Amino acid sequence: MLARARLMFRSTAVRLSALYILLFALCAAFLVFYVTAMSERLLAQQTRQTLQEEVQDIERAYERGGINLLLRMMERRARQPGANLYVIAGPNGEMLAGNVASVQPGVLDEQGWTKFPFSYEPYSEAAGPRRHLAVANVLLLDNGLRVMVGRDLGDPNRFRGLVRRALMVALAIMGFGALIIWFGIGRNALKRIDRMSAASQKIMAGDLSQRLPVGKSGDEFDRLSDSLNAMLGRIEKLNEGLRQVSDNIAHDLKTPLTRLRNKAADALAEKREDVRRSALEGIIAESDQLIRTFNALLMISRVEAGSIAAEMSEVDLSAISADSAELYEPVAEEAGLSLTTALEPGLIVRGNRELIGQAIFNLLDNAIKYAAGGKGEPKIGVKLAKSDGTFRLSVWDNGPGIPAEKRDEVLKRFVRLDESRSKPGTGLGLSLVEAVMELHGGSLELSSTHKENTEAPGLTVTMVFPVPKP
Amino acid sequence: METSVRYSAETAESNGAKTGGDAIVPHMKILVIEDDLEAAAYMTKAFREAGIVVDHASDGESGLFMGTENSYDVLVIDRMLPRRDGLSVISELRKRGINTPVLILSALGQVDDRVTGLRAGGDDYLPKPYAFSELLARVEVLGRRKGTPEQDMVYRVGDLELDRLSHEVKRAGKEVLLQPREFRLLEYLMKNAGQVVTRTMLLENVWDYHFDPQTNVIDVHVSRLRSKIEKDFDKPLLKTIRGAGYMIKDEA
Repeated sequence: MLARARLMFRSTAVRLSALYILLFALCAAFLVFYVTAMSERLLAQQTRQTLQEEVQDIERAYERGGINLLLRMMERRARQPGANLYVIAGPNGEMLAGNVASVQPGVLDEQGWTKFPFSYEPYSEAAGPRRHLAVANVLLLDNGLRVMVGRDLGDPNRFRGLVRRALMVALAIMGFGALIIWFGIGRNALKRIDRMSAASQKIMAGDLSQRLPVGKSGDEFDRLSDSLNAMLGRIEKLNEGLRQVSDNIAHDLKTPLTRLRNKAADALAEKREDVRRSALEGIIAESDQLIRTFNALLMISRVEAGSIAAEMSEVDLSAISADSAELYEPVAEEAGLSLTTALEPGLIVRGNRELIGQAIFNLLDNAIKYAAGGKGEPKIGVKLAKSDGTFRLSVWDNGPGIPAEKRDEVLKRFVRLDESRSKPGTGLGLSLVEAVMELHGGSLELSSTHKENTEAPGLTVTMVFPVPKP
Repeated sequence: METSVRYSAETAESNGAKTGGDAIVPHMKILVIEDDLEAAAYMTKAFREAGIVVDHASDGESGLFMGTENSYDVLVIDRMLPRRDGLSVISELRKRGINTPVLILSALGQVDDRVTGLRAGGDDYLPKPYAFSELLARVEVLGRRKGTPEQDMVYRVGDLELDRLSHEVKRAGKEVLLQPREFRLLEYLMKNAGQVVTRTMLLENVWDYHFDPQTNVIDVHVSRLRSKIEKDFDKPLLKTIRGAGYMIKDEA
């Protein structure tokens, strides 16, 4: 529980709400004191004004009706409820009349406002005599009489008490609000973070299929979870690719390595120089093939990791297609195929020329390798066209094609549908093309060249590029 | 048996000529900066067999020192070196005004590393693993002891003549009609006459793609070119060098 409390205090939400409480409390205290001071000043001003007016009334009454009128008026006024303080004193300060039992000595000696609040004792206090504070204006009449009009300032303690109570109430309300924030937002956030850490623990333990929980509100936490989940998805994919590659390497490189080893052993045992020489040449050829395979694997993994993304520039897809067709045209001819092109000019994409070129070369290699397997005159072609906001670069053949259900499989590394593996190749060509397309934000489509021809439907591989935004 | 297609286009005149080790090579002197001692020993031995004088440095600092103090025809620099990175050796050499051609060897990937390597001041780039014949051919071309000077407007090999300005090709005074790409192919071969050029070098310099052509594309283009320049003549000029590439040479 204590540990939890400590953890809670460490949480940002709690620290923030504590800070808010402190700030609010300071503001509230300032406000209360300011309002109090202001109203006290206003009150004092009003008091002085009414007192001043009364003194003027009294002075006028005295001038008009002499002492009798003065006494009558003061008596009348003193009887009113919540009345002011009235005193008439003789020339020596002895009290002659008024509604006050006694006054702090010296107050009646000077004309005008009392300089400080003074104490006095009112009549008939229920709880016994108690001194009160008051301010007063003293008038010295020409016959030596002194008239004082004053006002009780009330109990200053009562006022301070009021202020303190207001402060307490305000603080209580704020404290309560903060508690709600702690429990509502802080605890909620804490719980969500706990759930996220729990999911992360599982992921760290090796279960990459786990995802962080995402709520419905779409707030910062959900956005964070979303991006972390996207990251996990990418990691999972990369990891899966890696595992697949290492499995395939184990399977598919063991065979040529074994063959290499056997050939070397044969060459070692061979006595005849010419046979030995050709065996050694075979070993070199086999090694070259292995090196190619490794290079292709390395290339695919680098393309997939996206580390080549920095070398993107504007490339002329039409020119690359034309170059590739030109490069492969004699090869096709030599293989007894005709190569036709239908290229829309001037299609520019953002990409890596080398990679796109290599992808097309791979497709052309494949097309030439497999076109001859179909019936009728073998043909291949390159087609580039703009369609539906994409650039579609297709390499097609009229060979035996690939059945629809096997098309996903051929994209996998090392997969070659030709079981006998009589044709040279690494089984990595299409994987590289797919990786290149992914790097370019496009996709790879496999379809039949002639759907109606079930004997030799042919294969069309289309690289679909997104049209760059202007 | 799975045979590599790379060697499948051997032609009749490929007489097993040695890969560049001809006696006429004037001594070329190169510096190999490579920290893998076994690879360095193999390279040194193979270069010496090809008639090239080799110095070896096994780290970046001593390589930089040797490259600055001595004069070489070509530097072969591994990209990852102890004490000083290969690229930094190159840029430092260039800063000191040493413009010896540099070939970068790298175990890293192909596309982007090539670009950074050349940007650092390298002249050629070869990804590991490589065939020694490829390395040798590239070093010899970089050393440029046999080829035709760059500024020559007309290249000549025997009775074959290539005019770089008018794009005319003549053999024994008779015009040979070539496609633009065939012209560039012949131009590159003749520029490096007497030197082995590999298929990868041809793909790089004629088509501007930098990877190992996996099939016989280059061979087919070369044999087309060969048939055009040799069809009506007795003397073969364009030779296939077994396990390495091609060479154009007058066997007079």
